[in-house]
Formats: sequence, C-alpha cells, structure tokens
Amino acid sequence: MATAADTIEQVKARIEEVTPAEARGEIERGEVVLLDTRELTEWNESHLEGATLVPPVEVVERADEVAPDAGQRVLIYCASGNRSARAADALQNLGYENVASVAGGIKAWEAEGHPVVAASGLTPEQRMRYSRHTLLSEVGVEGQAKLLESKVLLLGAGGLGSPAALYLAAAGIGTIGLVDDDLVDESNLQRQVIHNTARLGAAKTESARQTIELLNPDVDVVEHRTRLDSANVLELLEPYDIIVDGADNFPTRYLLNDASVRLRKPVVSASILGFEGQISTFAPYEGPCYRCLYPTPPPPELAPSCGAAGVLGVMAGVMGLLQANEVIKLAAGIGEPLVGRLLLYDSLSTRFTELKVRRDPECPICGEHAEEIPASEMGKFPDYEAFCAGQPVAA
Amino acid sequence: MPTVRIPPVLRPRTGGESEVTAEGETVGEVLRALADAHPETRDQLFASDGELNRYVNVYLNDEDVRVLDGLDTSASADDTVVIVPAMAGGG
Repeated sequence: MATAADTIEQVKARIEEVTPAEARGEIERGEVVLLDTRELTEWNESHLEGATLVPPVEVVERADEVAPDAGQRVLIYCASGNRSARAADALQNLGYENVASVAGGIKAWEAEGHPVVAASGLTPEQRMRYSRHTLLSEVGVEGQAKLLESKVLLLGAGGLGSPAALYLAAAGIGTIGLVDDDLVDESNLQRQVIHNTARLGAAKTESARQTIELLNPDVDVVEHRTRLDSANVLELLEPYDIIVDGADNFPTRYLLNDASVRLRKPVVSASILGFEGQISTFAPYEGPCYRCLYPTPPPPELAPSCGAAGVLGVMAGVMGLLQANEVIKLAAGIGEPLVGRLLLYDSLSTRFTELKVRRDPECPICGEHAEEIPASEMGKFPDYEAFCAGQPVAA
Repeated sequence: MPTVRIPPVLRPRTGGESEVTAEGETVGEVLRALADAHPETRDQLFASDGELNRYVNVYLNDEDVRVLDGLDTSASADDTVVIVPAMAGGG
C-alpha cells in the first residue's frame, strides 16, 4: 500500500519514468495528456506547451477532470521529477494504467534544450543563460526581464568600468553605454580586465565592446568615444536609467553630479586609490548627492591620481563589482541600495566601514534653497576646472 | 583615548600610521592633539580660522560631525574619529 511516508526511491520503483527526449517524442506524436504538477509561481516562470497545471494537492481530486479516461496515456512532470513521481503513483492507485513521470522534470527538459513556454518574453536561450538569476526568488524571470530592459551608462572603461561592465554584461543589462576617449595602454592591464594584450593601442570603448559582445550577445553596447563635458553631459546621460561613475578626476565627478540631479538619474559612484576604495549611491532627492557628501573638492596634494600614487589592481575589481551589484539592485528594484551610506573598504586590513551620509539642506544642487533650473539653463554648468582648482566660479 | 583613523593621503604626515590615539574630550580637541603630535597634518585638517577645512569630512563613529556639534561634539575613550577625504581615482 502506498503511503506518503514511502521514500521517493520506493515510489519511483513502482512507476514508469521516461526521459525528457522520450517524453518529447510522445508529446509530438500526440494523444498524450500532459500534466504539470508544480505550483502556479513555478508554472508562470516556464512550462511545457500543451500542459495543464495541476498542483500536487489537487492531483487526486482533479484526476477525472483532466484525464477522464483511465486508460489514456498521461505524462506528468514537475521541477525535478519527485513530485511528478508521487503524482503518477497516486494516479496509478486511482486505476490509471498508463501513467509516466518525466525523469529530472522541467529542469532536465530545459537542460537538454527542449522548448518551453517562458514568461515575460525570455527566449529559451535567455532562460538557460540567466537560469541562476531566475532561480533566485528576489530576481526571477520578472527581475531578469527588468535587467534586460535596463540602460546603464558607465563613465570610464578603465579600472572601475572594466569589472563593472563585464559583470553587468554577463548579468544581461540590455544596454551598456561606455564613455571613454582613452586607448588601451600596457599599464592598464594590471587591473582593467575587460581589455587584453592583443588590444594595446585600441580605443577602450572598442576593446570593451568586443569583450562584451563575445560574452553576451544580448547586450547592446553603445560607444561614446569622448570625454564628458558641460556641452555633452545632458545629451549623454538622457537615454540611460542608471549612471556608473568611475571617472578619474573631480571636475567630471562634480559635473556628473550636477547633471544627474537635474535629470533625476541615480549615480553609483566609486573611487579607488592605493589599497582603499569608497562607494555610495546617489539617488537624486531620495538621498544625498555627491555635493552633500563632498561640498568642496580637496586640494591637489590631498587627491593624487592612481597614475601618480598607484592602486592595487584588485581594488578596481572589488569596488567595480560593488558598483555592478548596486546597479543590479536598482535595475531589478530589489534590496537596499547604498543611498545615504558611504562604504569604505581598506584592503590591507580587509575592513569595511559604513558611514552615514545626510542630505545637506544647504546643498547648492539638491538642498532646500537650490534654485529651480529653467529649461533654458539646463545645459549650462559652471567651470568645474576652476571650481576644483579653488578659484572663484561664476555659476 | 579616542582612536583616529588616518586616510592614506594623510599617512605620510603621520609617519605611516593608519590609526593613532589622541587625547581629548571633543572631536576638536582630539584632532588638535593629532595635529600637535603630527604637525604636518594641521594645515590639511584646519582652515586658518581654526574650523575644519570644508573638504575634510570627519565622522564620529559612523555619523558626520557636521550634523552633530561639529568640532564641539564630545568624544569618549571608546569612540573612533574617522577622517575621510574625497577621492577621484577611477583606476
């Protein structure tokens, strides 16, 4: 007598199992009742064409409805072949004579490349490629579809931009824009892992595009072989949802901040030097902006560049990937972004420090008294080179 | 004594130390004690009026002293004063 306490091995010994390929052959020949014995959420992610959803608790009571003829061939699948084995066993106990369970379930079916009906327009190839994402309940097919629709602009295809672009591309961010006017140089390759030795002398945007296209053909790469400046910043930012700041100088960082606040676009900002890194996410009017955190740039002697002071190569990877992580959370609408928080990482001591960052009511850009910018002034910015050199600036 | 975390750009001015302890009952006293012990840090920390330079962010533990009482914020022996400079390195 079958009981729920039987082990799955005992159950499987009593029933017929077919491989996904055998099942497909039978389904294509027709005259098969195909049952999916999973839950609705699983069905919504993907299922086999022509199947009827009968969750495990409903199998016995709905048997008559879904398979009125007890002599009919019935194929049952679930996620991995266990629930469907128990369902086949239950149907046999009801008198069904020709029932089989699909071994390995829809996971084995998909792994062997058989077609499924997928939700949200993901193709079978995309369902395979992003399966480790869609298995996460926080992401799912819906979250992956959001990533595929996202447009992310990376400022710099260098140290921070390289790892960020690689992982964002792998994650299926649909459009990745790259702003950089530099060429790949030998001294870059210790950390700028999206480039390689064969591409020395190539434009960084072109080199990054080649690597991304080899990694993931889903990604549309847009090359902006230029430097961000007051004249082009609004036009460059406008088509994108999220900006990743990996700029190597203060004037660009202040310009980006002021423009992104005007356009209300979030910026995931990081910087690295030596063995240290900083990262925060600036979401305009939800949290502080870059100027709330740093109202005034430091004098040059307190702000050496990586080119002058050096940087541990892996710092680019650690901080660039923390940026990619922030982007994915923002794009999928999950988790808690680093809004209002500054995270410091010291790699020599392997220590993270989190500091609170508040909106500054006196912030000239996003504070209470910040002036509304008329449309005619939207594209006008102060002289950031002068501002960062400590000279008076006419706004 | 409170601990002061020294950022990399200031370490050449503290003999390479990344953390020092400094006497004081307020953040201002602690930082002035730091500047007394390592005079080369003074100009970086303080403007000529004795206030913190605008480009130096100072936190008491995880809170910006600008939203507390600034240099008058009281600091106790188990507090950490963190000096954070803006950095622009993109790698």
